[in-house]
Amino acid sequence: MNFIPRLRERLYVAKKLHVTTTVNGEPAEFLCEARHSLMDALRDTLGLTGTKEGCNNGNCGACTVLLNGVPVDSCLVLAVEAEGAEITTVEGIANLGHLHPLQQCFLEGAALQCGICTPGFLVAAKALLDRCARPSEQEIRFQLSGNLCRCTGYDKIVRAVQEAANRLQEVKR
Amino acid sequence: MATTPREEHTNRPMRVLGTRPVRHDGADKVTGRAIYGKDVQMANLAHGKILRSPHAHARIRSIDTSAAAKLPGVYACVTSADMPNLVDKMTELGEGTVNLAHLGANVLARGKVLYHGQAVAAVAAANADLAEEALELIKVDYEPLPPVTGVLDAMKDDAPLLHDDVFTNEMGKRANKPSNVARHIVFEQGNIERGLREAEVVIEREFRTATVHQGYIEPHVSTALWNADGHVTIWTATQGAFTARQQTAELLQIPISRVTVVPCEIGGGFGGKISVYLEPVAALLSRKCGRPIKMSMTRAEVFEGTGPTPGSFMRVKLGAAKDGKLTAAQAWLAYDAGAFPGGVIGPGCMCVFSCYDIPNARVDGFDVVLNKPKTAAYRAPGATHAAFACETVVDELAERLGIDPIELRLRNAAKEGTRRVDGEKYPRIGFVETLEAAKASEHYQSPLSGANRGRGVASGFWFNIGLKSSAAANVNPDGSVTLVEGSTDIGGTRTSVAMQLAETLGIAAEDVLPQVGDTDSVGYTDVTGGSRVTFATGLAAYQVGLDILAQLRERAASIWSCDPEKVTSESGVFRANGKSMTFKELAAKLHHTGGAVVGRATVDPQGATNGFGTHIVDVEVDRETGKVTILRYTAVQDTGKAVHPSYVEGQMQGGAVQGIGWALNEEYVFDAQGRMLNPTFLDYRMPTALDVPMIDTIIVEVPNPGHPYGVRGVGETPIVAPPAAIANAIYRAVGVRMRELPMSPPRVCAAILAK
Repeated sequence: MNFIPRLRERLYVAKKLHVTTTVNGEPAEFLCEARHSLMDALRDTLGLTGTKEGCNNGNCGACTVLLNGVPVDSCLVLAVEAEGAEITTVEGIANLGHLHPLQQCFLEGAALQCGICTPGFLVAAKALLDRCARPSEQEIRFQLSGNLCRCTGYDKIVRAVQEAANRLQEVKR
Repeated sequence: MATTPREEHTNRPMRVLGTRPVRHDGADKVTGRAIYGKDVQMANLAHGKILRSPHAHARIRSIDTSAAAKLPGVYACVTSADMPNLVDKMTELGEGTVNLAHLGANVLARGKVLYHGQAVAAVAAANADLAEEALELIKVDYEPLPPVTGVLDAMKDDAPLLHDDVFTNEMGKRANKPSNVARHIVFEQGNIERGLREAEVVIEREFRTATVHQGYIEPHVSTALWNADGHVTIWTATQGAFTARQQTAELLQIPISRVTVVPCEIGGGFGGKISVYLEPVAALLSRKCGRPIKMSMTRAEVFEGTGPTPGSFMRVKLGAAKDGKLTAAQAWLAYDAGAFPGGVIGPGCMCVFSCYDIPNARVDGFDVVLNKPKTAAYRAPGATHAAFACETVVDELAERLGIDPIELRLRNAAKEGTRRVDGEKYPRIGFVETLEAAKASEHYQSPLSGANRGRGVASGFWFNIGLKSSAAANVNPDGSVTLVEGSTDIGGTRTSVAMQLAETLGIAAEDVLPQVGDTDSVGYTDVTGGSRVTFATGLAAYQVGLDILAQLRERAASIWSCDPEKVTSESGVFRANGKSMTFKELAAKLHHTGGAVVGRATVDPQGATNGFGTHIVDVEVDRETGKVTILRYTAVQDTGKAVHPSYVEGQMQGGAVQGIGWALNEEYVFDAQGRMLNPTFLDYRMPTALDVPMIDTIIVEVPNPGHPYGVRGVGETPIVAPPAAIANAIYRAVGVRMRELPMSPPRVCAAILAK
């Protein structure tokens, strides 16, 4: 395919970069162009399409993943920044087929309707519960304010996170 | 089909309806496994992108795609020249009709561009970046024309004319010269002059609302394969697989039998994913290059190139006697349709006074084309605008007459037998019940104190449409039932439909395994819209259940060697002559009694009735910034039988919050050239979790007599009342009447300063 070198030149793209990382606890590696986002790499290269695209400019939170435990909009992170990092996506929240309490509470509490924002909310909420065992309603709303949901009005999402926090506490006790 | 008669066994207490099972597609959606449109992958996939108009109004002199086509890695380019020449023909979309020639020009512009962001040409390439680069090589020669973006401006005689083939349809009569006013609707009952003479108080006000978007989080996305045998398969995010098939086939002028539409999981729609945008273009590109083509929009493309809901100008006049009884109502409503005729003015006119029993009324409505994106349905299309106007004047009347606003509404509330201004007579409805529940609610009864705080009330109405639905189900030997239905599931309807089949069969909700079929695997089903799926597709599921029960009674009769008429079935148990068998036991014997049992049904119900809601809101207004904070919110609605109460509440909460966004922040901002200045979620500000409190719900269940389980549609009514309720609350808080949406901080601030 002789057009590829010319194509690269046109797009000012150097040859692909090799990235070694950890995704959902497993070693992973991929090739990417320098300008590609982590969202592109996760979805298109690694096939982890649970991470969703809603705006591709960091305003909707549907593509939220954890980068070294910190929630980020993966559309605003370059794929190469995953080098040596630990990444958690929605596919890594359940444990060996057992749903995380957050996932269970989202289902039992009807905290999703169309479901496109759900992966981002689950990841953002997990980041909150990982660092804060008993968040207040206001803390939950603040932590989730980078994630847009157009279906639920947020009521049931906030309640599901509260309920998941309670269940996680019961497990600890 | 006439109203479905109640079956005897529906009078028993319900075992499944009213419970809250986990939705059947839930695990897929919380683990990231569910396949949405953008997740579709296949071999040899190429990517398409669309070139969009930089002008709000221009003539296209020529389009030259030759340089783009030569770029290595580009597989195909298309323009409207690749589409068949379409004649004026109205085609049914399920929730409204559309002129095929206009639909075609909206998909790929022909001759003229009529809004900034209209699709002009498309490219398919090895990847999306390359396709985007190729777009820059397409040369379009435009002759810019003056744009018009205000609805009143567009109605003027000297306004720039968008179409030379649009003539005002004046109550069925066609005007003799082209106009931007596509249609003038008049509804009249009684004698408006007499009604105004009888009034003690008459209030007339003007209102304006901005263009807003449905704001679904998933951008439009479609993948099309035009196969070597001429068959077209489309995987897409749509509210209606069958209407997407019909639109695509008609635009491409091929038989519907050559198009299969596979509905993917859909990331929100709210009315905005009914019209096709990408599907026919992806199909054309695929035909040219033989590869499957995936096309997805950016967020800016969604804002600029897909249907928002219109901006409007409205004038409403109400007259009331001393006791608060409405004597006259008059409305003059001008809604913009966007670039092509056929906006949502019709339902706007039907809804404006729909909550009340008014003897004398007249409504004039205008469907106006202008240089903005072609509008689309948005949750109760047209009703929210009208309710903002009417319900604000009702509140002002209540204040003037010294009557509690809920009490005033109760004195005028529409009931069974009330005739709406468009002539429709109500069957049993539950508006009075929602008002009484709102009045008795803890929220309304509790005092609100504090400076700059106020409480507002407003009511809202929306139809439930019936339309066509199909479903089929197979009984498995283990007693489970697989259900295939045709309604794309936008918010949990697989479950609300499956629950009605489970209720009918007397089995558990979990024992019905629902799936949404593609256009080759289930009978014709209209769009997921009009608050119809749980009602109409649920009715189909109920009839599937009756069909299965009838067949199973015959199987039981053959086992027991008795007359099938002697076999009864109730709550999942079959009985005859003292013998009995459970559903599961009988299912296990199917292979020995003739093979599988397949139930099927197709419905086109007329008994859809109407949904009413009343909302109460407490706000606090920051006098210095004009920012309005929602302190407390309660939505009350007659939902008929609440099939899955959690999802019913979710519809009410989600609709209320969309209404809050519409009320306070959301608007398209255009510059003088008609370009949208804020096509991102940063600048088009939808509510976040931090902007709203918990939304309390009160479900009022007045059974729908037109459905065997009393189900009404729920989804759309909740968006109708919020802007008016909030406007009324702002007035109580700071004494200013807001008559323009959104009631954003600058507008509220200006109103306070002007007081």
